[in-house]
Amino acid sequence: MSGIPHDHYEPSTGGEKWLHSRLPIVGLLYDTLMIPTPKNLNWMWIWGIVLTFCLALQIITGIVLVMHYTPHVDLAFGSIEHIMRNVNGGAMLRYLHMNGASLFFIAVYAHIFRGLYYGSYKAPREITWIVGMLIYLLMMGTAFMGYVLPWGQMSFWGATVITGLFGAIPLIGESIQTWLLGGPAVDNATLNRFFSLHYLLPFVIAGLVIVHIWAFHTTGNNNPTGVEVRRTSKADAEKDTLPFWPYFVIKDLFALAVILVVFFAVVGFMPNYLGHPDNYIEANPLVTPAHIVPEWYFLPFYAILRAFDSEVWVVIAANFLTGGIVDAKFFGVLAMFGAIIVMALVPWLDTSSVRSGRYRPMFKWWFWLFVVNFFVLMWVGAMPAEGIYPYIALLGSTYWFAYFLVILPLLGVLEKPLPQPETIEDDFKAHYGKSSTNDGATAATPAE
Amino acid sequence: MSNAEHHEGTRRDFLYYATAGAGAVATGAAVWPLVNQMNPSADVLALSSIRVDVSGVAEGSQITVKWLGKPVFIRRRTGAEIEEARSVDISDLVDPVARNANRDGSAEATDENRAMDEAGEWLVQMGVCTHLGCVPLGNAGDYALDGGVGGWFCPCHGSHYDTSGRIRKGPAPENLPVPPAEFVDETTILLG
Repeated sequence: MSGIPHDHYEPSTGGEKWLHSRLPIVGLLYDTLMIPTPKNLNWMWIWGIVLTFCLALQIITGIVLVMHYTPHVDLAFGSIEHIMRNVNGGAMLRYLHMNGASLFFIAVYAHIFRGLYYGSYKAPREITWIVGMLIYLLMMGTAFMGYVLPWGQMSFWGATVITGLFGAIPLIGESIQTWLLGGPAVDNATLNRFFSLHYLLPFVIAGLVIVHIWAFHTTGNNNPTGVEVRRTSKADAEKDTLPFWPYFVIKDLFALAVILVVFFAVVGFMPNYLGHPDNYIEANPLVTPAHIVPEWYFLPFYAILRAFDSEVWVVIAANFLTGGIVDAKFFGVLAMFGAIIVMALVPWLDTSSVRSGRYRPMFKWWFWLFVVNFFVLMWVGAMPAEGIYPYIALLGSTYWFAYFLVILPLLGVLEKPLPQPETIEDDFKAHYGKSSTNDGATAATPAE
Repeated sequence: MSNAEHHEGTRRDFLYYATAGAGAVATGAAVWPLVNQMNPSADVLALSSIRVDVSGVAEGSQITVKWLGKPVFIRRRTGAEIEEARSVDISDLVDPVARNANRDGSAEATDENRAMDEAGEWLVQMGVCTHLGCVPLGNAGDYALDGGVGGWFCPCHGSHYDTSGRIRKGPAPENLPVPPAEFVDETTILLG
């Protein structure tokens, strides 16, 4: 693996040499685990491990839940109750899986915001960012389909609303929707295919996670200064980095332990806090719940979907310009997917050459407004679509797009960045004092 | 000698294109069944038509029946609802097309073109919001008459339909569609 110069695995015993010349798997694991990691990483760099844990948790609890679940419209709801009441430890397993999804999204949003603030998406890490966005999209698909499986009211109506999004595509939309559902409405065919895909996609995610790690192991981690690790020599690189094992593994596991304390408190004492009571009512195609709300992690995008009705001028303009092909419904769908697409394209939308938000005085304000706006959209997405809420949603949606399409491109030109440290080592010393040089592998007198 | 210097097709070029072409066709033929299996199966496709007994539906009330997995609203409207529906100017409507499977596709969205009978007493329509497919609530919304009679409101994203089931406000783009329906006798409606 190219990248930051560091020690590689050297097989020493005869057995190791025998294996290494046939399958260098120990070397691959060694190089992956010992990857030089910038030594100034802060606590926002722990989410990767939390996400890895979540993926493992969801796959493991998911596999055992499937041993008791029945994917059929007449039996699915009952089989969930069977898990809750009869299966040994079933309630715990299901609550872990349910709340595991929420922890997964908390971690992924923190991870994404970290990337946005410290410019982790900028060259040469665009591929890491794009792969991450693909993982995020797959996570949303998997979570959505998983939520349908208990076959409660929210399952059914959430599925109806979300698959209805595809029906909004002009001309071919209805055929696509019918194809997705396997019939004119959400029914047994839909439940079965969602179950199949809900089982499949986590493994696709696992594959992409490997690609994600491969990509950032090639470029090296970003860090809070956004300054690259020196690659001029191994000695220079070692002044800026520490090996991932044991330094960062232990730090990340400590953070994970703290997070899991909170997680298990939620799972144990308030497992339904993030859910909806309506989903404990069996699906009924003839009655819509009074207030269909998606799971919390979809709310910002749900708010964007609902924000654009036929009275908004951009919708009227789009309708006029396309000769009626883009109506309010399709516009909302485009806006929702567009919100994620502009985020995926941020490596090419942000024109600033300074990576870290730490050295961007104007960017900071817009970034934190973006974070606040995200939570405002989340809140307004949970509110009924009447009164003042649609206006707030429209305002929030506008800011979302303005941030990526106007503010980030302009800031690169208008903003005067603060001076950045020359090296990660300088930043580290400024933080922790001179004594910290003893931590590194270099002695007092550098060899060069 | 590289192939690029051969301007006329060689035997090797032919074999290359023939193999690639056959490979593409074979891949397509292998993928299509995997895609097509997700389309509605034969039992789902077997078009059902159902007969609905409406003798028990009183004026000003509505029943909901399930047809093709979706709800159908059958409403027997009051005089006030019919009057309100017929007093609306077409130019005030969001969707000026009747959306009635029993009429011409371009028929105007007058109440006469949406109701089943000439008097307009019976209104039969899919109970599926044209926004994203929720079931609208009856006798609700901004276009219900005083006292909450007639009109529909979709609770999901706030679409308001008038007493003729036409979209008037909110994100939904189209009027509630009227399915193929006819009276087979005085009190029975055939759907489909």
